[in-house]
Amino acid sequence: MTLRRLFASIAVFRLLSRKTISAVMVFALLKYGLKGRYRPRPDFRHAADLKPSYDVVIIGAGGHGLATAYYLSNYHGIRSVCVIDKGYLAGGNTARNTAVIRSNYITPESVRFYKESVELYRDLSDELDYNMLFTQRGQLTLAHSDATVRTFRMRAEVGKHCGTNIELVDRKQIREIVPQLHMPEEHRSPVLAGLWHPDGATGRHDAVAWGYAARAMDKGVEVHQRTEAQCIVKEGDRAVAVETNCGTVHAGNIVQAVAGYSSVLAKMAGFRLPIRSYPLQAMVTQPLKPFLDPLVSSAGLHAYVSQTSRGELVIGGGSDPYELYSTRSTLDLKESLIGHTVELFPFLARVRLLRQWAGITDMTPDYSPIMGESPVRNYWLDAGWGTWGFKATPVSGKRMAECVANEKMPAILEPFRLARFKTFDLVNEMGATAASH
Amino acid sequence: MKIMTCPLNGPRNISEFHCAGEAVLQPDPRDLSDADWADHLFLANNSLGVVREWWCHTPSSYWFIAERHTGSDEILKTYPANEFFRERVDFDAREEGA
Ligand SMILES: Cc1cc2nc3c(=O)[nH]c(=O)nc-3n(C[C@H](O)[C@H](O)[C@H](O)COP(=O)(O)OP(=O)(O)OC[C@H]3O[C@@H](n4cnc5c(N)ncnc54)[C@H](O)[C@@H]3O)c2cc1C
Repeated sequence: MTLRRLFASIAVFRLLSRKTISAVMVFALLKYGLKGRYRPRPDFRHAADLKPSYDVVIIGAGGHGLATAYYLSNYHGIRSVCVIDKGYLAGGNTARNTAVIRSNYITPESVRFYKESVELYRDLSDELDYNMLFTQRGQLTLAHSDATVRTFRMRAEVGKHCGTNIELVDRKQIREIVPQLHMPEEHRSPVLAGLWHPDGATGRHDAVAWGYAARAMDKGVEVHQRTEAQCIVKEGDRAVAVETNCGTVHAGNIVQAVAGYSSVLAKMAGFRLPIRSYPLQAMVTQPLKPFLDPLVSSAGLHAYVSQTSRGELVIGGGSDPYELYSTRSTLDLKESLIGHTVELFPFLARVRLLRQWAGITDMTPDYSPIMGESPVRNYWLDAGWGTWGFKATPVSGKRMAECVANEKMPAILEPFRLARFKTFDLVNEMGATAASH
Repeated sequence: MKIMTCPLNGPRNISEFHCAGEAVLQPDPRDLSDADWADHLFLANNSLGVVREWWCHTPSSYWFIAERHTGSDEILKTYPANEFFRERVDFDAREEGA
């Protein structure tokens, strides 16, 4: 109350001399500083110590964990939720990815799932009252071989059948979509055709995590950073608590959403997963004048490029060649990514790189996620997101919340259950994922 | 440049090598249920720590074992495969339902 009055008086003093204003500001600051209680920053509320128990404990404060907390607290009335992270909010892959959002997969199961996510993204800024800078600029993928053209045709047909915007385009149309693209005909593997996906989009990845966190915290969800899950406590076949470096916390249900560390957590809970952790690297150039509207990727060159709203070019490609739990970046990857990007846009050869980084990705054999039930009761999986999970953040959060609240797998998640590997019902998305995540 | 020491060719750039994953003993497929076979095919330890892996020096096609820390990427030891696989495994080719 007093603060509001103070701000009002500042407004009045604005009309007076600068000196007076700074005196008032100093006074206001002093008063604020001497107050016993601070007004919390609306985006992040620091929780007190961990409580002894919650209805739901979510391990991992990346986009997936936070979105699950948001939908649980805002749509299912479950507000006794705690999200713990061994590092800091969105310090994992959520703020390391290249922000490609799309639904042009090859199986109807995947297309339906990712389409729901793209639709949720479209309204997310309004839903969370947080600017996601979501822009649907379309995504163009290039085919350099007949085999790829055949799979593009199939993806276009499946996509149309499921109601997404997608079509096969020829070289002339590609030139119209991205005039700057270098497409020599005399080439060992010339561009033959493209897959044009007008629904393709990009957004601000850290805002996704912060937006979900802010609106979940409004409803009482607690986020505990630097709180590492170290052991999953079980009673019989049921998970009951998580031991952390900040104490033990009991939970009605536990969700693991830890991306690259999925196998490490599963081991704590007593089972193995069909997951291998590989670094995935990306990099960004100095800002340039805007010239590239759509997202461009090449299935043959294993490189993809987009231009951010700040003008930087974001460049990504394939995973590292062997398994590793480290976010170091390498010269090898830098060389190959640059080489391929310069083949697509030769005029970028002299542009400077600003940053290169890596995230640890949880790769599955079929390039599809693992969601829902685990071998341990009350312990739920949101894993196997590999190089493709940013685009799925909203739908995963929504459906994982539904799954945990009802303790039952929603139909849309069924294809992605862990048990598919026992019955050989794999959802193969390798071809639709490896070139552009 | 990261160096790996091949037991046959000595220290070489790691880009000359291919990693084929953790070295595990293959179970006898005849003694396994379908579910156990699926586990063997798909499940991985994916350990954070020292692991024993199959590596191949691609230009010479020489396969060997390396011990590597998957957190620090430090290569602790490399040695010929027969130091790990000491016994020859013979699966007798039994005709099924002939
Ligand atoms: C370079 C790169 C580019 C990518 N590009 C794309 C793209 O263009 N499009 C796309 O859709 N996807 C992309 N991805 C994949 C995407 O980023 C991930 O799949 C997604 O962000 C996973 O989100 P998450 O919330 O599950 O995990 P994360 O954001 O990684 O969060 C997991 C959290 O778990 C925490 N954690 C781990 N262990 C513990 C523990 N024991 N206790 C407590 N907390 C723990 C970590 O600290 C981390 O904060 C890319 C990934 C990378 C690395």
